Amino acid sequence: MTAGRPLPHDSAALHVSGAARYVDDIPLPANALHLAFGLSPEAHGRLRGLDLDAVRQAAGVIAVFTAEDLRFANDVSPSVHDEPLLAEAEVFYHGQPIFLVAATSHRAARKAAKLAKIDVDPLPAIVTIDQALSADSRFEDGPVIWQNGDVDNALARAAQVIEGSVELGGQEHFYLEGQASAALPQDDGDMVVHSSTQHPTEIQHKVAEALGLPMHAVRVETRRMGGGFGGKESQGNALAVACAVAAQATGRPCKMRYDRDDDMVITGKRHDFRIGYRIGVDGTGRLLAADFTHLVRCGWAQDLSLPVADRAMLHADNAYHIPVMRIESHRLKTNTASATAFRGFGGPQGMFGIERALDHVAHVLRMDPVDLRRRNFYSGPGAPRQHTHYGMEVEDFDLRPMVSALLQRSDYATRRASVDQWNRENAVLKKGLALSPVKFGISFTLTHLNQAGALVHVYQDGSVAMNHGGTEMGQGLNQKVAQVAARIFGIGPDRVRITATDTAKVPNTSATAASSGSDLNGMAVKAACETIKSRLVQHLCKKFSVSDKEIRFEDGKVKVCDQVFSFADVVQAAYLARISLSATGYYRTPKLSWDRVKGRGRPFFYFAYGVAATEAVVDTLTGESRILRADILHDAGASLNPALDIGQVEGGYVQGAGWLTMEELLWDDDGRLLTHAPATYKIPTARDAPEVFNVALWDGENREETIYRSKAVGEPPFMLGISAFLALSDAVSACGPGYADLDAPATAERILAAINRVRA
Amino acid sequence: MTRIPTRTHVTTTVNGDPVDFLADPRETLLDCLRDKLGLTGAKEGCGTGDCGACSVQLDGRLVCSCLVLGVEAEGREVKTIEGMAEGNDLHPLQAKFIEHAALQCGICTPGILVATEALLKKNPDPSEEEVRYWLAGNLCRCTGYDKIIRAVLATARDLREGV
Repeated sequence: MTAGRPLPHDSAALHVSGAARYVDDIPLPANALHLAFGLSPEAHGRLRGLDLDAVRQAAGVIAVFTAEDLRFANDVSPSVHDEPLLAEAEVFYHGQPIFLVAATSHRAARKAAKLAKIDVDPLPAIVTIDQALSADSRFEDGPVIWQNGDVDNALARAAQVIEGSVELGGQEHFYLEGQASAALPQDDGDMVVHSSTQHPTEIQHKVAEALGLPMHAVRVETRRMGGGFGGKESQGNALAVACAVAAQATGRPCKMRYDRDDDMVITGKRHDFRIGYRIGVDGTGRLLAADFTHLVRCGWAQDLSLPVADRAMLHADNAYHIPVMRIESHRLKTNTASATAFRGFGGPQGMFGIERALDHVAHVLRMDPVDLRRRNFYSGPGAPRQHTHYGMEVEDFDLRPMVSALLQRSDYATRRASVDQWNRENAVLKKGLALSPVKFGISFTLTHLNQAGALVHVYQDGSVAMNHGGTEMGQGLNQKVAQVAARIFGIGPDRVRITATDTAKVPNTSATAASSGSDLNGMAVKAACETIKSRLVQHLCKKFSVSDKEIRFEDGKVKVCDQVFSFADVVQAAYLARISLSATGYYRTPKLSWDRVKGRGRPFFYFAYGVAATEAVVDTLTGESRILRADILHDAGASLNPALDIGQVEGGYVQGAGWLTMEELLWDDDGRLLTHAPATYKIPTARDAPEVFNVALWDGENREETIYRSKAVGEPPFMLGISAFLALSDAVSACGPGYADLDAPATAERILAAINRVRA
Repeated sequence: MTRIPTRTHVTTTVNGDPVDFLADPRETLLDCLRDKLGLTGAKEGCGTGDCGACSVQLDGRLVCSCLVLGVEAEGREVKTIEGMAEGNDLHPLQAKFIEHAALQCGICTPGILVATEALLKKNPDPSEEEVRYWLAGNLCRCTGYDKIIRAVLATARDLREGV
């Protein structure tokens, strides 16, 4: 069976030979122009004057555009039209694009952009969460509050209430391929755009608006991205629109790619949070009530911040049944780059809140943190079902057996004892061990996005070309979906051609986001393939006077009773009989009903689960830390491709651990990002990955009817990295009687400060 | 201000083939490879020598081609990812990376392979720690590195054992 096999990534052979083409590698006509933005030197201010004479006169410059030169929409926002391509009267963050240069080379454009005289009358800049709170600078009129029961009353009756507050930093995506786009003018004003985007339809939409064209005049193609992680869900809009506008104005192909520093300054990152918590427990460690306050730094424009903050609220319970809950979410508007989607989309922040709070609770109660967690898990199969704080019944809670299995596989109890012994015997290096579970909701919370389309052609020689609305960013989506097509036709995956995502082939697609890629597009491709297959079957039934039960497609053959034909012969015969060999497929996720305003309903089709145990060591003299070992058991349902899925789990864990342990974003008081290159912003390297890394998939299947009972796997493993943070907290707590009270990321400085605190 | 820069004629060898091109003396080797020779396997990940995506070998030495000028290739031998396979036969490292699923988006892969080949030439029997240190200059945001490290160690073993 093809689906379920651990086949390599479909482009693996191209990747290893350097032949895989990314947007910046696409050859363009010799007259192509290269673009660069001129950026705001202030975090907030009125644009008083803009002298671009020197820019216009610089070598190689062909055209310069300001907001006034834009003929149609000056808007690259994915949500509420509050994000102009080029700033108008006011600038709102340091690094905001103000003007656009088109030149004969990338370097010429960048050099020229630096020659502008930008006169900004500074206004007070709101940079931090505290500044935003005191200025009441926010999106929406006030905080969003969801309540399930009377939390004050429940806390008053609790045996103990544990309170605290934790800072949680943002995260730069650091996709190795920076943002890139190219636009090529076509006949009659049409535009073709190549974009490194997770959302070709939105690029099409924004480009069409900016050019004053209907969407059918714009075609967007995305073959692959060099990483996305949510950073290419909306942040590619500006480059694509800039290229299209400049291409329309000059009649020449235009390409834009951000230099790494520009990319880090201009584009949004993961939202940083401050999370306040009050947790009420009974004498046995059972959670009675929780009250969370999420202070969310959203940056200057709304982008996707509201659904991100919603998803944080939706994951404030993680895997635990908390009977009474209140969450207050403040979406704060600041003069910083507009924070955006990043793997997990707020879920990780919400989940971190409860996990960090439980870490605190376990310390106060002197309770084993694993016992505390298991005591509060949602009920499993067989027991009466429980509901989340937003009213969704938890039907598929698999974490109880998964945690038991991981404790055993990872030899947790023995290692707990040896870590404790190590810590008794060693004064300088302290070890920590921690386990954390993940329960992550799968579906877009904006319900209408849960739909997908596909286009499948079968050619006369039996080869298949497959297209769907999902985009390939390294996750292996195309291979997984090709395996679906191959399984239905009973042919080898080599007979299925994966083609670039193209808005002219499949229209009105959703972003490849929310882990939904294979769930949605796999089902849409399945529908298209089944349509074609049923036509073939009908044709064979008539021709051979058999019933459809006597026809099987397998091993590249079609078996009709005891006769065997090649798939290609059957296809050729169907063509001659004038049977259509092309079909579209469509899918929408069932069972969803979600009232965002009330915060009630079923926003998710199902949950994906995972559990990780991490052992780490800290140097108490320097605060440096290292992950020694990580053991993971992750639930991908009946995996469509275990090799690719395990890749997602490993990469997700390391990225999540990086977020919470080493990746630190710093802004100065004036709102300038100080960490805008890999020299200052540190993502994990080969030396930071766990020394021992045991990763396995849980042998289960989705109880819901997803594509071959698989589960989404893009985002959920990211949150397994929380266990790395908790292991550091455990190690710090071994230094003295106090609670570590660590903020994230747990950098060397923070760890050292925490060690001093627990010893005090 | 608008002075047209001088073009310099560069004669070099790339992947064993004699090559010549005209370069602005300020152009990086990376830009020359990509823009003048159409060899786009080396990528610009950061432009500051921190990510390793542009790794190539210059006279057998591993360099970040974004930190080398095109004119510095004069009279020397450049080896890029495009020269790693022998015709259709993949280098054992390339094959092992596919077998181990040691790649995802693939954009760091050429740099990591070029860097690793340089390591194995220097040290056919590296310890895991040596592999991790050597590759610490090659960033990968997708894989979490473990499969990469396993693939490198497995290739080294196969090459030593003459598999």
